[in-house]
Amino acid sequence: MRAVHTHLQRLEAESIHIMREVAANFAKPVMLYSIGKDSSVLLHLAMKAFYPAKPPFPILHVDTTWKFREMIEFRDRMAAERGFDLLVHINQEGVREGIGPFTHGAGLHTHVMKTLALRQALEKHGFDAAFGGARRDEEKSRAKERIFSFRNAAHAWDPKNQRPEMWKIYNTRVDAGESIRVFPLSNWTELDIWQYILLENIPIPDLYLAARRPVVNRGGQWIMVDDDRMPLQPDEVVEERMVRFRTLGCYPLTAAVESEADTLEEVVAEMLIAQSSERQGRLIDHDEAGSMEKKKREGYF
Amino acid sequence: MLQVAARPIDATSATDVQSYIAAQQNKTLLRFLTCGSVDDGKSTLIGRLLYDTKLVFEDQLAALRKDSERHGTNGSDLDFALLVDGLEAEREQGITIDVAYRFFATAKRKFIVADTPGHEQYTRNMATGASTADLAVVLVNAKVGLLPQTRRHTIIASLLGIRHIVLAVNKIDLVGYDQGVFNAIRDEYNAFADALGFASVQAIPISARHGDNVIDRSANMEWYEGPSLLEHLETVDAEEPLRGRPFRFPVQYVNRPNANFRGYCGTVASGRIAVGDEVLIPHPRAMARIKRIVTHDGDLDEVARGQAVTLVLDREVDISRGAVVCSPDRKPHVADQFAANVVWFNESPLVPGRMYLVRTETDQVSAKVSQLRHRINVNNTAPEDATSLEMNEIGVCEFSLQAPITFDAFEENKSTGSFILIDRMTNATVGAGMFLQPLRRAANIQWQKLDVNKAARAEQKQQQPSILWFTGLSGSGKSTIANLLERKLHASGRHTYILDGDNVRHGLNRDLGFSQEDRIENIRRVSEVAKLMADAGLIVLVSLISPYRAERAMARELADKNEFIEIFVDTPLQECIERDPKGLYARALKDEIKNFTGIDSPYEAPEAPDVHLKTSGRSAEDLVAELEGWLRERGYC
Repeated sequence: MRAVHTHLQRLEAESIHIMREVAANFAKPVMLYSIGKDSSVLLHLAMKAFYPAKPPFPILHVDTTWKFREMIEFRDRMAAERGFDLLVHINQEGVREGIGPFTHGAGLHTHVMKTLALRQALEKHGFDAAFGGARRDEEKSRAKERIFSFRNAAHAWDPKNQRPEMWKIYNTRVDAGESIRVFPLSNWTELDIWQYILLENIPIPDLYLAARRPVVNRGGQWIMVDDDRMPLQPDEVVEERMVRFRTLGCYPLTAAVESEADTLEEVVAEMLIAQSSERQGRLIDHDEAGSMEKKKREGYF
Repeated sequence: MLQVAARPIDATSATDVQSYIAAQQNKTLLRFLTCGSVDDGKSTLIGRLLYDTKLVFEDQLAALRKDSERHGTNGSDLDFALLVDGLEAEREQGITIDVAYRFFATAKRKFIVADTPGHEQYTRNMATGASTADLAVVLVNAKVGLLPQTRRHTIIASLLGIRHIVLAVNKIDLVGYDQGVFNAIRDEYNAFADALGFASVQAIPISARHGDNVIDRSANMEWYEGPSLLEHLETVDAEEPLRGRPFRFPVQYVNRPNANFRGYCGTVASGRIAVGDEVLIPHPRAMARIKRIVTHDGDLDEVARGQAVTLVLDREVDISRGAVVCSPDRKPHVADQFAANVVWFNESPLVPGRMYLVRTETDQVSAKVSQLRHRINVNNTAPEDATSLEMNEIGVCEFSLQAPITFDAFEENKSTGSFILIDRMTNATVGAGMFLQPLRRAANIQWQKLDVNKAARAEQKQQQPSILWFTGLSGSGKSTIANLLERKLHASGRHTYILDGDNVRHGLNRDLGFSQEDRIENIRRVSEVAKLMADAGLIVLVSLISPYRAERAMARELADKNEFIEIFVDTPLQECIERDPKGLYARALKDEIKNFTGIDSPYEAPEAPDVHLKTSGRSAEDLVAELEGWLRERGYC
C-alpha cells in the first residue's frame, strides 16, 4: 500500500487537516462562502472533513447586493440541498446610503459593502476564526500569507510581523476580539481547483460555463448586464455573446471572457492554454500594484 | 534540451483533458526553498524559473514590465525579483521580508517553492519556509563567497530535517564564468557541510539574471559537467526513506455526531494500519483494535502516511486530542522532561527558568526551560556556553512539562518529533523545537531534594498526620460524622481535609461508574490522594462506602504504620433504607439504580475495625465525642 499518491489527494488531506485544527481549537469558527468555485471546493472539503457529522460551523455569505442573480439562486439552492447553516450579512448602512459600484466607484463600493460588511458580520457573531478560499497562486501578497493568518482586534493583517508557521503545527491562540483567518486552499492552484471540481463532480454556478449572455464592451472588457441597475454609456451596445467567467464577484466588477467552453472539460482545456491570470477579470485589483495587500490590511479576505 | 512547462499544451477535447489530468496526478511533488544571504539573488532565481517555464501570464508580464521601470534594480531589463516580492515594503526596499510560496510544474514534476528572506532579522521566515521543504537551494554570490548567513541557513536546513542541498553559486557571470572561483566556493562549503550529514550536496554555477544553467546547461561554462538546476530538481530523489516506519496517528479531533459514533480524526504521520490491527495509545494508556477507517468516500481497509481519515476503535477508550494512536511494537516516548534542539525567533531571548507553551501537532502543555545546555556556533557548528538564546540563535535545551506528552525523536519522525514554543502572554510563536530524547525522572534533581519531608511538614503543623477512613452503607451517617469531627478538629487548630465519596465522583473520578472494576479504581485513586495529603501533613477524613475488604486493606498498606484508622459506621440496612436521605434506596429497590450496595451489590463489613461506631439510637454528637476520645487517647489529636 502506498501513501497518499496523487497530487490532489495530498492537497485534499492537507485541507481536511487544517479544517479539523480549526474545529478542535476555536470556540466560534465560521466559513466564508462567496459562491465561487473556490468556495464550492471549500464546502465540499468541509463535508469530507467531518463526515459522518456535518461541519461544526455555519457558512457566512457577505452579500454586497451586486452579485450575479444566478449566484444568489445557486447559494440558496446549495444551502437547501446540503443542509448547512447559512448566514447572510448585508451592510445595511451601505444600503441606506445607496453605495454601489456605478455611483461610488469600485474601490469605495468594495470597501463598504465587502470589507466593512465582513467586519460587521464577524463582530456581530463574535467569530474567532474564519475560513476563506484564497489561494497563494492568485496574487503576490496572497503568496506571502500564512495558512493561519492572525488578525488583531481591528481585523488588520500585519504582513511584516506574521507568526512563523512551522511544519503542520498551527498557533491558534487568540485573545478576546482577535481572530484568525484560515486558508485551507493555500497550496492549491487554479488548475488544481478545476481538476478537483471535475474529478469530484462538485456543483458550481453555470456562470463558469460559456453561454450566450448580454454583455457590453467597457474598457476592453466584457461586462455582463445582469439587471437594469447598469447605466449604459451613449456609445455602448448590449450584445449577446458566448462568454464565461473565470472568477465570480459583483457583476459590474467581474469581466467575462469570450469562450465556447460550455462543459467543465472544455473549461479545463481552455485553462491549459490560457495566457492571462484569473484575477485579470477582477477590475478591483488593477487600481495599483499592492492594492490587494492594502485591502487585506484593512480586513478584506 | 529539456521539454519544459505544462503549458501551453494541445488539449482541446474532453479525452485529452482526462488523459492530461491523469498524467498531472501521477507527477511527483518536490517542495524546496531558496535561501542564503541577502542580495544573493534568491527572488531573481525564482522569477527566472517561473518565466522560463512559461508560468508567467501575459498580464503578469505586463505588470512586471511596469514594475521593473518603477522599482527595478536591473536598469531597463526585467527585474524578476518583482514577480515574487509581493509586499509593498519589499518592493520599496528591494528586499524580501517574508516567505512567498510559488507553484510551477514541468513535464516531469510539480514544484512548490518557498522564496525566503536573506536578512538575519527575518530568519524565522526562512525557518517557516524550510520546515515544509524537502530540498534547499542555498545561493551564494560568486563575487562574495560564503557568508555567516549562508552557514546559518545551512545549519537550520539541516536541523529542520532537510536532506538535500543545492549550492547555487550565483552571479557567476560577474566573475567571468571562472571555474576556479566556483571550485573554491564549492570546496569551502563542502568542508563546512560535511559534518551536517546531508544525503546530497549538488553544487551548480548559475546566473539567475541571464539564465545560465538554470533551465538549460550554459554554453558559457563548458568546464561544468553537472546538471542544470532544473534538471537536478526534476530528477533528485528527495522522498524521505519511510519504509518500515511505525504507525503514528496524532488525534486531532473527536467526532461524535451521535451516541452511536465515536471517531478519532487525524492525519497518519507515519506507517500504515489496517482494520483489525491492534493499536496502542501510550498516554493515557489504552489498547484497542481498529474497527473502521472512515472517510466521506467510503470506509477503507487500510490507511498510510499522509491520509486524513477518521478511526473507529473496537472498544471505548478515554482518549482525546493530543493522544497518539500507535503500532504496539515500537512505542513513542511519553515523558514530562526532554531535551531538544531549539531555533529562537523572538526579540526577547529564551532564558532558563521561564515558562512557555510547548505545542506539538495536536497537543499543548505548559513547559519550563530547565536548562540551556549550549548554543551552536553558526560558523563552525561547535557547541558553546550560553546563558540565553537571542533571536535567530540555535541551541540545545532541556524542558520540564506540567504534564507528560507523547513524542518521537525528530530524526525518527518529523511530524511527531517537532514542536513550537508559544509565549503565554503575547501568544507569539517564539521558537521551534526538535525533540532529541526524553529525560528520566531519576535524573531529576527535584526528586533528590527531599529536605522538607512528611515529618517536617507535620512538625510545622504540630500534628500527627493520619487517614481516618469511614466505611459503611449509603445513608449510614459517614459524612455527617466526618463533617462534625472535622469542624471540631478545625476549631482546635488542626489542619484537615475531607475526601467525600460523592464529591470526588464529580471531579477526580467522574469518569468512573459503579461496576466492580470502577469501584476498585475509585477506591485506589482516593487512597493515593489520601496518602499524598497525609504526606503533606494533613489529617485526612475519607468518607467512602468502600464495600470491599481487599481495597480497604490496600488503602491501609499505602499508608504509613499506625497512620490509617478504619472507622466502621455500622447502621443496619433496614435503618438506612428508612432514613434514605438522598432517595437512592427507593430508586434502587425499584431497579432504577444498578449495583447499589446493600441491595444488589455486596457490602463486606470490616472484621476488625479500629473504631466500631454502632449508630442505632445514638446522636451524631454522641458518636463524634466517642471517636474524638479514641483518637485523643492514642495521640492522634
